[in-house]
Amino acid sequence: MLELKLDARRGAFRLQLECRFQSEWTVVFGPSGAGKSTLLRLVAGLDRLDAGQIVLDGNTLTDTAHGVSVRPGRRRIAFVAQQPALFPHMSVAANVGYGLAKLERANRHARVAEMLKLVDAANLSERRPQDLSGGETQRVALARALAPMPRLLLLDEPFSALDGAASDALLERLQGWLREHGVQVVLVTHDATDAYATSAEVAMLRGGKLAALGPAPQALAVERDRIVARLHTP
Amino acid sequence: MDWQALTLTLRLAAVTTAVLLVVAVPLAALLVLGRGRWLAAVEALATLPLVLPPTVLGFFLLVLLGPRTAVGRGITAALGHPLAFSFEGLVVGSVIYSLPFAVQPLVAGFSAVEPALVDAARLLGAGPVRVVWSLLVPLARRSLLAAAILSFLHTVGEFGVVLMLGGDIPGATRTLSILLYNQVENFDYAAANQTAAILLGLSVIALAAIYSGARSRGGRRA
Repeated sequence: MLELKLDARRGAFRLQLECRFQSEWTVVFGPSGAGKSTLLRLVAGLDRLDAGQIVLDGNTLTDTAHGVSVRPGRRRIAFVAQQPALFPHMSVAANVGYGLAKLERANRHARVAEMLKLVDAANLSERRPQDLSGGETQRVALARALAPMPRLLLLDEPFSALDGAASDALLERLQGWLREHGVQVVLVTHDATDAYATSAEVAMLRGGKLAALGPAPQALAVERDRIVARLHTP
Repeated sequence: MDWQALTLTLRLAAVTTAVLLVVAVPLAALLVLGRGRWLAAVEALATLPLVLPPTVLGFFLLVLLGPRTAVGRGITAALGHPLAFSFEGLVVGSVIYSLPFAVQPLVAGFSAVEPALVDAARLLGAGPVRVVWSLLVPLARRSLLAAAILSFLHTVGEFGVVLMLGGDIPGATRTLSILLYNQVENFDYAAANQTAAILLGLSVIALAAIYSGARSRGGRRA
């Protein structure tokens, strides 16, 4: 369970949230500039909060009042951004194995092979990132993020470069693996179909504030009503 | 041809370059990855030798390393001899004098590495040292080469700091630049021409190495 009490200013923009993400999958939905990516960066520990707390499964990751800030690599949080940042000077296998430095060589190789198989990229292991297509790059980035067995996976519109069929198949396989390993997922999107595809809890963000939180039909009803009301306004 | 001056100059430049890379890589990484207003002061200090007259820098070092300061007395007690007017003293002066020529290309090279790559490495558990050695250094290797060559050349050509801090001791502190100055003072223009030609040749060869390295990798971006 991810518990958030956030206050973060970025220039004129202010993100203020107090909520709990309890479901296996939470889709954070909202228009551009709503604060979705900022939220993920704060949870991952890449950006600092002005005030607040981030608690994952009872472990405090950030607590500004007590000066607690666990560094990103120790949070057991994986983050796949919209632009997958694969290390260009390393092979696909080396990229996936980067977060496994503490594992013995044999275990590391086995884990890399397992993760590449999960994302249908076993045949890409010796390739360089610049030789991959957009979809392959995103799949490898996902494998790299999951390899250290995180507790929480943050996805920032990661399926944008995949075609629909590949995306659906991957999503299904991924859901099985994540459930098996007890990994909670927070997925950021501006595409409402993603929210329905995962049958997840939906957090609706608008202007840096939480507008709704709940099952997709209920949370997105607020958005639907807002659009309908706007259409009927002369 | 004064081979002693030539080998001393090359030895000084090589040792200085090696020390500078060891110092400049973490310093440049700190300037690029670090947070805090105090970093502006660190950057200003690291750039200061670029604008400070070499004689001024040499004078300050001569005073600092001399018997009038606690630092100078401490170093003399530890080494058994003063740093001023010694090869080791020249290395210290050269490292400080050429610091910006090592740090600036590295700062430019490290800054050009995508911040998203650094974020990805941090999320995968890499600490600052691993981020630098596994990402910044390999991705900015051309900047590393440029920093090494510029540091080497700048040390080969330095004059003011060497003269102030090292004087003119054959085999210990008489570099090619000092030798050239002596030859001109003695109106020995034939020898001066030869020494100047060697200094010019070293500079041209090293700069050609930088630019041919950049072009052979498919562009002018360093």
